[in-house]
Amino acid sequence: MSRLQVELPGLNMKNPVMPASGCFGFGQEYAEFYDLNKLGAVAVKAATPEIRAGNPTPRVAETESGMLNAIGLQNPGVDHIVKNELPWLEKFHVPILANIAGKTEEDYIEAARKISASSNVHAVELNVSCPNVKEGGLQFGSDPGMAAGLTKAVKKVSEVPVYVKLSPNVTNITEMAEAVEAAGADGLSMINTLVGMKIDIRTGKPILANKTGGLSGPAVKPVAVRMIYEVSQKVSIPIIGMGGIYTAEDVIEFFMAGASAVAVGTANFSDPFACPQIIDDLDELLKEMNVSNISELTGRSWKSWEKSLS
Amino acid sequence: MNKENLTVLSQEKLTSKIFKMKLQGDSVKTMLTPGQFVHLKVGERHPVLRRPISICSVKADILTIVYRIEGQGTKLLNQKAAGDTVDTLGPLGKGFPLTQESTALLVGGGVGIPPLLYLAEQLYRQGTKVKVILGYRKKEEIFLVEEFQKYGEVFITTEDGSYGRKGFVTDAIAEAGAYDVFYTCGPKPMLRAVETASTKKGYISLEERMGCGVGACLACVCDKQKPFEGKAYVKACRDGPVFEAGEVIV
Repeated sequence: MSRLQVELPGLNMKNPVMPASGCFGFGQEYAEFYDLNKLGAVAVKAATPEIRAGNPTPRVAETESGMLNAIGLQNPGVDHIVKNELPWLEKFHVPILANIAGKTEEDYIEAARKISASSNVHAVELNVSCPNVKEGGLQFGSDPGMAAGLTKAVKKVSEVPVYVKLSPNVTNITEMAEAVEAAGADGLSMINTLVGMKIDIRTGKPILANKTGGLSGPAVKPVAVRMIYEVSQKVSIPIIGMGGIYTAEDVIEFFMAGASAVAVGTANFSDPFACPQIIDDLDELLKEMNVSNISELTGRSWKSWEKSLS
Repeated sequence: MNKENLTVLSQEKLTSKIFKMKLQGDSVKTMLTPGQFVHLKVGERHPVLRRPISICSVKADILTIVYRIEGQGTKLLNQKAAGDTVDTLGPLGKGFPLTQESTALLVGGGVGIPPLLYLAEQLYRQGTKVKVILGYRKKEEIFLVEEFQKYGEVFITTEDGSYGRKGFVTDAIAEAGAYDVFYTCGPKPMLRAVETASTKKGYISLEERMGCGVGACLACVCDKQKPFEGKAYVKACRDGPVFEAGEVIV
């Protein structure tokens, strides 16, 4: 086993780094920059049962060391994705984490049933945390009972393991995590973006047409690290950590907080080569740290251990 | 797809806020189509997004861009001095197709003017007659006029009338006379006005707020006039920034 290899439910990853859902389309654009086989996995953009046009523009605004987005789950619909987008990814030996969203429980069930039947989808990610849509999304992700009910319903129809992507926009994220774990979730993805706003002082109005958007990038990293630190001590299912990861050092920090794999989002926009760069650097860094497999680092910040890092 | 650290050769102030920057590197040799853009990284963790800047001209391995200091990103770009490098992605997007018609009218406003210079040069070289209308707010903000004059007749409008014709670019279309095809780049109200004022075939270049710049994030989508193949939108960064007039709702 290499230093970088990790094994999560449904996802046998040659390294722990995947691009985050919504930041990588369905892979085609970034495949023009590098071989996607380099990646540990790919989290593809959210699929809903119906075609979604998304929100009006402007959809992005920059903030201090971060950005707000309010794309609004624009996607061509699950049928189109299954028929036209996923087959293209088959030529790569990379597991796919398929993100799904909906307005109702039935929507999630339909999307999960259809997408989990695709031969190259290895796990689904329940998006119950998109802050940019009026219905669905966050409402399922802010009520433990609803999140648990949805998880249970999707688990029944999904042919592959189910990860629940948690929102940081809740009072008690641990309660959410425990609820979905009890309902049968195989893993967690955390965190989605934080709700924010930016006002253009020349017009006096919010820059985003949606007014609010989801904050991502280095600015949210400490929040993600804290939440993973708290949740990982209370659940036994693995966590895919995300939130402002830009470097191999960031990956190590997320593992020490309690993550078992990571996703890279905003950094892809700063540098399309962000993921392969992080993967290369991570291998070097682990070698320097004398770590034989990165999984050893999961939860280092709170676990008691005999051998300290040299 | 190219990513290269281009070397800054010079920065030159054209007006109080408009600067001309020359950058050198091998990837510049692939920047052959006018209307395409480069995506510049100006900070490490802040700002997180690159800055899309249009290609103004290319001579061998030297790229010229002309940009306006608008916010933090362009301020950082402005601090780069000769010898520094700029992480540059490009060329990106679809540029202007070169017309086979005999006379082309180029209409530009503000920072929509620079990409038209590379277009004017290429049209001129292939023998197309070039007419150019450039719109500015006032005399002090005029830039690139002499460069355009090398390739054709230039008509200038200023909003306050301090130079050229008083008014907007559309007020100079009649004076510019007959043409077969138009090309325009600038703020949306200007693009709309030019589209409305012209009955000829034309191409518009959009200035949109972008995220990734490569077509993945869906930040810069625009609605199509006539949806087809179930697709009602285009991405300015990848399907554009140049579109045929009437293709997208501006």
